[in-house]
Amino acid sequence: MSTATTTAAAGTSTGSHAAPATGPSTSTVQRLTLAKAINVGLRASLEQDPKVMLMGEDIGQLGGVFRVTDGLQKDFGPDRVVDTPLAESGIVGTAIGLALRGYRPVCEIQFDGFIFPAFDQITTQLAKMHYRSRGRLSLPVVIRVPYGGGIGAVEHHSESPEVLFAHTAGLRVVSPATPADAFTMIQEAIASPDPVLFFEPKGRYWDKGDVDLSHAYGTSDAAGLDHARIARPGTDLTLVAYGPTVATALRAADAAAADGTSIEVVDLRTISPLDTDTVAESVRRTGRCVVVHEAPVLYGTGAEVAARISEACFFHLEAPVLRVGGFHSPYPVARLEHEYLPSLDRVLDAVDRALAV
Amino acid sequence: MNEPDLVQLLTPTGERLDHPDYSPRVAHLDPEALRGLYRDMVLARRFDTEATALQRQGELGLFPPALGQEAAQVGSGRALAPQDYAFPSYREHGVAHTRGVDLVDVLRQFRGIDHGGWDPRAHNFHLYTLVIGSHTLHATGYAMGVQRDGAVGTGDPARDTAVIAYFGDGATSQGDTNEAFVFAAVNNAPLVLFCQNNQWAISESTDKQSRVPIVERGKGFGVPSVRVDGNDVLACYAVTSEALERARSGNGPTFIEAYTYRMGAHTTSDDPTRYRSAAEEEAWRRRDPIDRLRLHLEATGELGQDFLDELAAAGDALGVRLRAEVKAMQAPATSTMFEHVYAGAHSVVEAERAWFEEYEASFTDAPASTAGATR
Repeated sequence: MSTATTTAAAGTSTGSHAAPATGPSTSTVQRLTLAKAINVGLRASLEQDPKVMLMGEDIGQLGGVFRVTDGLQKDFGPDRVVDTPLAESGIVGTAIGLALRGYRPVCEIQFDGFIFPAFDQITTQLAKMHYRSRGRLSLPVVIRVPYGGGIGAVEHHSESPEVLFAHTAGLRVVSPATPADAFTMIQEAIASPDPVLFFEPKGRYWDKGDVDLSHAYGTSDAAGLDHARIARPGTDLTLVAYGPTVATALRAADAAAADGTSIEVVDLRTISPLDTDTVAESVRRTGRCVVVHEAPVLYGTGAEVAARISEACFFHLEAPVLRVGGFHSPYPVARLEHEYLPSLDRVLDAVDRALAV
Repeated sequence: MNEPDLVQLLTPTGERLDHPDYSPRVAHLDPEALRGLYRDMVLARRFDTEATALQRQGELGLFPPALGQEAAQVGSGRALAPQDYAFPSYREHGVAHTRGVDLVDVLRQFRGIDHGGWDPRAHNFHLYTLVIGSHTLHATGYAMGVQRDGAVGTGDPARDTAVIAYFGDGATSQGDTNEAFVFAAVNNAPLVLFCQNNQWAISESTDKQSRVPIVERGKGFGVPSVRVDGNDVLACYAVTSEALERARSGNGPTFIEAYTYRMGAHTTSDDPTRYRSAAEEEAWRRRDPIDRLRLHLEATGELGQDFLDELAAAGDALGVRLRAEVKAMQAPATSTMFEHVYAGAHSVVEAERAWFEEYEASFTDAPASTAGATR
């Protein structure tokens, strides 16, 4: 894939996504929460492909603890929407076997902090099967992970482990920020021939947005899984975010605009592959870059973006690339999480520091 | 502690035993079929000997011999139907042979030129899995897929399908193996969980894995369980046949503990003299799986000299071919390390590959990057 193609594709895709909400313009547009958008996307995939099946804890009769799979077992039956035993390694391990038999399993890991019992299956087995079989076996398995904080949860329910998987070759790692993307990206993830870690910003599950239901997988309007999008154009600084922090970045851009600063917000959408081209193209125009995510900054996505932007845009940079994110401490108690998470004020502080250089 | 029953149809001295449940399952094996099992075991052992020698000569990086476990592997492997699917651990060379995998290809991994070596779908024999127990879940999931395909309980012998997972005594301690029991049981999956208890997980004896005989582990999961003499090829064939039939007919999983012994080292890097006695090895040598079938066939006069001559020649031919083909195996082109990382395009892999090819080409005396290196 050439640089030009990547950039062009990303540019094309930004049109519809970047447009401000103009209200429903056709009957195919509905205003949905992010959780409901995933639900509708899952339903579309289940309807389209009889080999698609969902597996997880409490996803059937209960509809999942976040109700993302609400109503699907009722309509598609317990063989396609499976309430599994409480064993995450077992869920992913059996999904691998089902994929070897020709199925397309979509696993739900109930909370981010519960993915670790499955870490071995994901990194040693799921990620490597295509490679070690020299392409003879592929594993189109999706692992949905509600992740991130801000919901006042107890320990192990607010974490952001995405880079552990992005660091593993063979996995795709994506995270939608909007209901519109959630709807299309879950279908694209299911249609992907590769294993996809699908990180759902649980703190944004109830955020509403317009979803064009005609933008299903396979339509020309679907943006593709591999591209970042420019969520808001700007000229003075590039703010890179994904998943739950895109909304924070957009609020920061609003606040900065009031002070006369024009911020461009890039929604990465995908962590692996990382769409460096879209970010670099933006930074070459703005000269400044701040990366925001909930995960700890140490060895994080921001570190990777900073390294790649330093290499690709060294002579365009007016300031060092800065990172805003979690600290090198375990996720704190709920009463402290708002100090731990990259808040609007901390993002604006980093913006000020970058502009002050 | 009371030792559980051990299904045995052939004693170490080659006498046939009658068993009400299992003798009927080998009644159809005529002298030719018995010689076939003997042949499989002899060739599997020849393969072991040759591969171990190739490792000692520096032609293989490592080799895990299956010496002593030929009956468990050939007996169970020959009970499989073509449509059945097997998930091996990494020592199932005898099973590989029964599934029609060229034993030369088994050595591609140990030569260091491949992580797999054969097309799993061509043989219904999955690639070796080196993380202990991981594949028991893959087998379970595959069996759940078989159920969803409606390929159990139809009564059509060409359609009904079973899945078998091979693992060792050490693997019974792994969480994944225990989860496989749970998932197989609650799904009533058409699965045979086949444990070769070879008494040693590298240096750890079975009593470091379990306080109860391993076969008893199955009961707690609600999985019918049977312990079989793993050095008795007829008994292994019989109990596996029964378990496969249970699976194919829709009656769920079975756990088999094949009680055997790893006569060789864990791998060619291991030194068993550090953890077990010569007396123990000698005691097991007297229960050798090949000897007992030979004694039986000799006693019944069914081991003709023509057969033995042909088998010796086949063994020699296998040895010649293994030595020649292994030594001819070349390292793959360096560029192949970037291939098949993903099934779809991935911009990072493509960028790194492009960089690496340019880097390699920058050496004026370098061979073309597509050429295979010669170790």
